Amino acid sequence: MPTYVRTDKCDGCKGQDKTACMYICPHDLMALDKDGSQTGHPMKAWNQEPEQCWECYSCVKICPQNAIEVRHYADIVPLGGSVQPLRGSDSIMWTIKFRNGTLKRFKFPIRTTAEGSIDPYGGKPMPKVAELSMPGVFTKEVMGGYRAGKPEELIRRK
Amino acid sequence: MSEGTFGNPKIVQEELDVLMIGGGMACCGTAYEIMRWAEAVKAESGVELKIKMVDKAAVDRSGAVAQGLSAINTYIGPDLDPADYTRMVSNDLMGITRDDLAYDLGRNVDDSVHLFEEWGLPIWKTDADGVRHDGAESMKEGLPLLKDGGKPVRSGKWQIMINGESYKWIVAEAAKKALGLSRIEERIFIVKLLNDKNDPSRIAGAVGFSVRDNTIHVYKAKSIMLAAGGCVNLFRPRSVGEGAGRAWYPVWNAGSTYAMAAEAGAEMTMMENRFVPARFKDGYGPVGAWFLLFKAKATNGYGEDYMVKNKEMLNDYPPYGQAAVPASCLRNHLMLHEMKEGRGPIYMDTVTALAKLRETLSPKEVKHLESEAWEDFLDMCIGQCGIWVGENIEPEKKMSELMPTEPYLLGSHSGCCGIWVSGPTDLGAPTAEEGDYDGVPAHLPRGWNWGYRSMTTVKGLFTAGDGVGASGHKFSSGSHAEGRLAAKAMVQYVLDNKDWKPELDTPVEQIAEEIYKPVRNFLEHKDYTTAIDINPHYIVPKMLQMRLQKIMDEYVAGCATYYNTNDKMLAVAEEKLEMLKEDSLKMRAKDLHELLRAWENYHRIITAEAHMKHIQFREESRYPGFYYRTDKNFVDEKNWHCFVNSIYDKSTKKWTCFKRKHVDLVDKSKLFKAAAPH
Repeated sequence: MPTYVRTDKCDGCKGQDKTACMYICPHDLMALDKDGSQTGHPMKAWNQEPEQCWECYSCVKICPQNAIEVRHYADIVPLGGSVQPLRGSDSIMWTIKFRNGTLKRFKFPIRTTAEGSIDPYGGKPMPKVAELSMPGVFTKEVMGGYRAGKPEELIRRK
Repeated sequence: MSEGTFGNPKIVQEELDVLMIGGGMACCGTAYEIMRWAEAVKAESGVELKIKMVDKAAVDRSGAVAQGLSAINTYIGPDLDPADYTRMVSNDLMGITRDDLAYDLGRNVDDSVHLFEEWGLPIWKTDADGVRHDGAESMKEGLPLLKDGGKPVRSGKWQIMINGESYKWIVAEAAKKALGLSRIEERIFIVKLLNDKNDPSRIAGAVGFSVRDNTIHVYKAKSIMLAAGGCVNLFRPRSVGEGAGRAWYPVWNAGSTYAMAAEAGAEMTMMENRFVPARFKDGYGPVGAWFLLFKAKATNGYGEDYMVKNKEMLNDYPPYGQAAVPASCLRNHLMLHEMKEGRGPIYMDTVTALAKLRETLSPKEVKHLESEAWEDFLDMCIGQCGIWVGENIEPEKKMSELMPTEPYLLGSHSGCCGIWVSGPTDLGAPTAEEGDYDGVPAHLPRGWNWGYRSMTTVKGLFTAGDGVGASGHKFSSGSHAEGRLAAKAMVQYVLDNKDWKPELDTPVEQIAEEIYKPVRNFLEHKDYTTAIDINPHYIVPKMLQMRLQKIMDEYVAGCATYYNTNDKMLAVAEEKLEMLKEDSLKMRAKDLHELLRAWENYHRIITAEAHMKHIQFREESRYPGFYYRTDKNFVDEKNWHCFVNSIYDKSTKKWTCFKRKHVDLVDKSKLFKAAAPH
């Protein structure tokens, strides 16, 4: 169920060494056809192994030109539908078109903090090396997630 | 240094204290935890540990959570006990799990979930009136965070709903910030671990190659976290055309964790276990929210609820069939009965479920409900929406088919194959003095702890997530937490071995030659024929993968035989896999992308072989509904209530399987009492 790249929209990420879709594809499927020898379209990206596409939409969501769409897998799905996202900084908008023309739109939040704003150790304790052998992670005292459990449940503990 | 070429790659060497292989939830957990402890080490002793993460993809979207998730499946919360979680894990996996590992995960997992929420993952909440709000809305409404007593929306006893499109992106951001970009290398595929020259029971490094330029990377490392996921596409998938990539678990999980660990000499455990999820047909969309949140029922083609109709069949498998929630495999067992009897297709009755919910809801709430149902797919399995739109399926108007998938090997979801690891010491686990079955090879540790949490039986080699066997039901949050627990032990290990220097057991040039063998095969023979893919001197990785899938499907209990196999079929598979393994040396790679596929498929073969050998060794059918050995079609508690473990000898290429004793650390009888009245 592969992604495809629209010739009218893809700009090869403006001649940079790698495109956004190449950067992100978890399965190394997206490639830049620099000289056009693979596709007949120089400096545009393409899905080089469509039958290995998980349809995770990572490339669709990251493409700065919205040039990547999905034609659901030809060996299973009747033609004519489409599922297309527009991912913003705090939410994602989906446009869903059925084969029979029915249209639905949904918007869902994707994160509650600004992208790039995570301060991983801000307000977190600095552990002591001597505590390495103690149970639990270094944030145990501050995150309120440690579940000590009832001691009597452990039937073999002496 | 000059640039490498396809025929003559450049070799880059580096020496580390800690190498992380993988970039999924487990390695992101390790990265987050280990950098803080490394800071502590530096502050106290001035020593700076050399740490690196190497991922074959981009950390932002790598691993099983790449696409996102609609739920966190493991959140204990303040009202449940880690012992309850341990019991659930055990029962779902038919009684053979390590209670020490499950319990330890259960008591620590919520810490990671609370961090995710702090980092920005939207988590659904229920307000005081019982109304549910998505993660962003609940912030606007001023509902408290989970950490401050906020009430999650439970879609099951252990599951909480999230708006998880960017789940991995968020977790990756924290890991990347913790590490700093200089400690991360992407698009490098590690294909082999190397043992120490002077001590073969110790890890000394790992080697791989860049899929972007002609470079081979050799890492010497004191300790290694190997967490590169489970194994997908070792069985022939139900869709073999374009849809072959629409696997339930990520198609890029190639068994690298299992194959590399086994070749390094690590003891494997429960490799006979597999997961055959029953999912929405063809798209493999999740069913959890439909069953648990929307209260939908699954029926046969004639509208009968097969879980009720075939209930008696559960009595064939005491005590597991008598638990309040029967194990996943047994639920499949009841479904398969209907399919085999010719009463398909199996449906998820979405129409009745939604109609029932509408009876009590306002129009606004109905709209919200529809949106929730779609989000469940859009957050984690967009392909299922593709099928719905293509087939004009609106769930309130038309039911959807369910289908058991091809088998998957994994240790973090509802499966428990993986690597045998050292557990926590404070839970009453068996010690070295307690003894074990005869037949455990002498060089392997006794007891469930040998010094460092999450260390395999190879010194310095650690794992987490799908890598840790005999546990399961960790899911995303548990894999992250498990990576964190291992991180502490890795730091301790490195400190305890600070004067030791790793030496590789194989010369670097030899390793390089081995890794680029598929390239050599191609360059040497490509001009022998006119058709690039048809050549008597080499095999294309794609065809080799299809050969593997055909063997596994037809002889090792794939879909083709309704998950049936027997001793005779396994013997045939054994012989065919041997030849396949020999032929794997003749794979070709016409470019770096194909070199990636060649090595992934090699890892799949080793993993598949382990799976086959374990099924052959275990003379019973422990997981009815996942696979049946028709010559031993029963659960044999007397002889097989034990772990099946194995080791692989990379020089002889042979497996040795053996039993390990199973011990309960929590009381399992509580599972099988009659459910309390509601």
